[in-house]
Amino acid sequence: MIKSFYAVFAARNREFLRDRGSLMWNIVFPVMLIAGFAVAFGRDVPSFQIGVLSQLDAYANPPAVMSMSNVAKVYYNTELEAVELLRRHQLDLVVDLDQRKYWVNEESYDSEMLETLLVLQDPTYRRSPVVGEPIRYVDWVIPGVLSMNIMFASLFGVGYALVRYRKNGVLKRLRATPIKPLAFIAAHMASRLLIVICVCSVLLVGAKLTIDVQILGSLWLLLLIAILGGLSLISLSIAMIARVRSEEFASGLINLTSWPMMLLSGVWFPLSSAPDWLTNLSYLLPLSHMVEAARAVMTEGASIERIYWHLVILAIMTVCFMLYSAKFFTWDSDHR
Amino acid sequence: MTFAIEVNNLVKRFAKVTAVDGVDLRIPHGICFGLLGPNGAGKTTTIEIIEGINAPCSGSVSILGEPASPKLYERLGIQFQQTALPDHLTVQETLNMFAALYQHTMPMAELIAICELQPLLTNDARRLSGGQRQRLLLALALINDPDIVFLDEPTTGLDPNARRLFWSLIERVKAKGRTIVLTTHYMEEAQSLCDEIAIMQTGKIIAQGAPFDLLKQHFDGVLVRIPLTELPAELPLDYQRHADYIEIATTDVSQVLSTLMAQKVNLAGLQVVTPTLEDLFIKLTGAGLNDD
Repeated sequence: MIKSFYAVFAARNREFLRDRGSLMWNIVFPVMLIAGFAVAFGRDVPSFQIGVLSQLDAYANPPAVMSMSNVAKVYYNTELEAVELLRRHQLDLVVDLDQRKYWVNEESYDSEMLETLLVLQDPTYRRSPVVGEPIRYVDWVIPGVLSMNIMFASLFGVGYALVRYRKNGVLKRLRATPIKPLAFIAAHMASRLLIVICVCSVLLVGAKLTIDVQILGSLWLLLLIAILGGLSLISLSIAMIARVRSEEFASGLINLTSWPMMLLSGVWFPLSSAPDWLTNLSYLLPLSHMVEAARAVMTEGASIERIYWHLVILAIMTVCFMLYSAKFFTWDSDHR
Repeated sequence: MTFAIEVNNLVKRFAKVTAVDGVDLRIPHGICFGLLGPNGAGKTTTIEIIEGINAPCSGSVSILGEPASPKLYERLGIQFQQTALPDHLTVQETLNMFAALYQHTMPMAELIAICELQPLLTNDARRLSGGQRQRLLLALALINDPDIVFLDEPTTGLDPNARRLFWSLIERVKAKGRTIVLTTHYMEEAQSLCDEIAIMQTGKIIAQGAPFDLLKQHFDGVLVRIPLTELPAELPLDYQRHADYIEIATTDVSQVLSTLMAQKVNLAGLQVVTPTLEDLFIKLTGAGLNDD
């Protein structure tokens, strides 16, 4: 079992390293993306967001500043959460409507401007200052870009290769040997996971050296997130192509999954101001959990206690996808 | 007597066709068995059911005394008609990878010698010629030193030299006492390699036995062939008409010749041949083996 697992694992690794085109694509594409963002969004996000704390009807009588068209209101249940975001410049002001109180970040020009507007209209609000360095958009977006890269490499790397092997008869040939299906699939998963983690590490080191990306939390925790995120996406890929025999169909199916996932998982923009149903929907996607956990660790220095539930969900998803694959996976190109 | 392979009343139906229609086979240990038939006769389906790759609709298969199972693959060597190999591996790496899948393997040096792969070991497995590729696939089928080797049309598409080289490799495997099951639509190949054959047509076995016995059973003596251009209007002999000649089967050649001379047939284009498996097939099915 171990011997045959290692044989297939090593063969897949060689295949990846020798396939120059795919190797280039896996490394060059995300490098270009990150470089592009570093140039385009080196500064913070140019928009206003006010965090709102209120147990009463939030629309009762808000200050006029909150009704401005270029100000988005985001509702929070706890003061702690909202103020932390303000400290990181992800919110520009936090207002508690019930207690007529607000928090301002004294290191943010935008925050002080919103404060001026608020106090001008209603001087009875009490002031609480906070301070904190702004977070650059590039720091915010890199955990998402790295996660997205893991997603594409996992979905295409395993699913597409298995469909090709099924179509051209490699799977059938291996089935005529004593190798256990589990060993074969596990070898493919392990090979792809190793590749994905290596590429991701190279990119992270590169981002640290070139644009000094912020990594506040533990690197081990990031590794754990990448492993569980990678496994969930690799097993999703295997589940999706469990019975697919055409490479074109597989390609369409994987694109159909990966693009909405990229757009709905908060890779490019925060989902905090999105409608609830969209946020709930996004939690059905493994990428959302990986992005959110990685971002919390990198930009906020979150510990495992804060993000463990993302990891648990990723692990559960992996198990579900694998069980589905074990039931429906076929080796033959003709389903006989 | 125990058989290497026993197949009872095998039936396999696909949506609209019955690909295998009540096949029975008894294959003794240590022989080279040939399953012959035109394309679409059901050879591949039959052999893949025996190998356990396909499931039959009904009937039973026993290999080395048990039904085909993944455990049994330790003792079987299989070469499919169409197969690809993992990409980007050299011949040596491909052999190593497959060797790692088995508990017991043939010594690598011996395997490489039998299949004449020495000069190809560092080549990319995807860049081999047709004959070289078939030799690598044969090596993969032999890598676990199997008791039974299944070869599904191993020489289809090879040039005559490559085909003869492949036959000599199979002779080496035979000499090691292995049971070989071979499908082919080349009669010459079956005649040269097989100790026993079965001819399949539209899912059924229409003849089975040793090639020599089958020929003796179906042909008496020799075949006399005369070009159609020389044919007189009346010929007081039984004959079979072919595309551009007629064929007379006889045990008494001189009798036939004197009859022909009496009819003033020009004997310049005449041929006397001993019947081959191809002749047998044509006789049994009324069609050439390579005619689809």
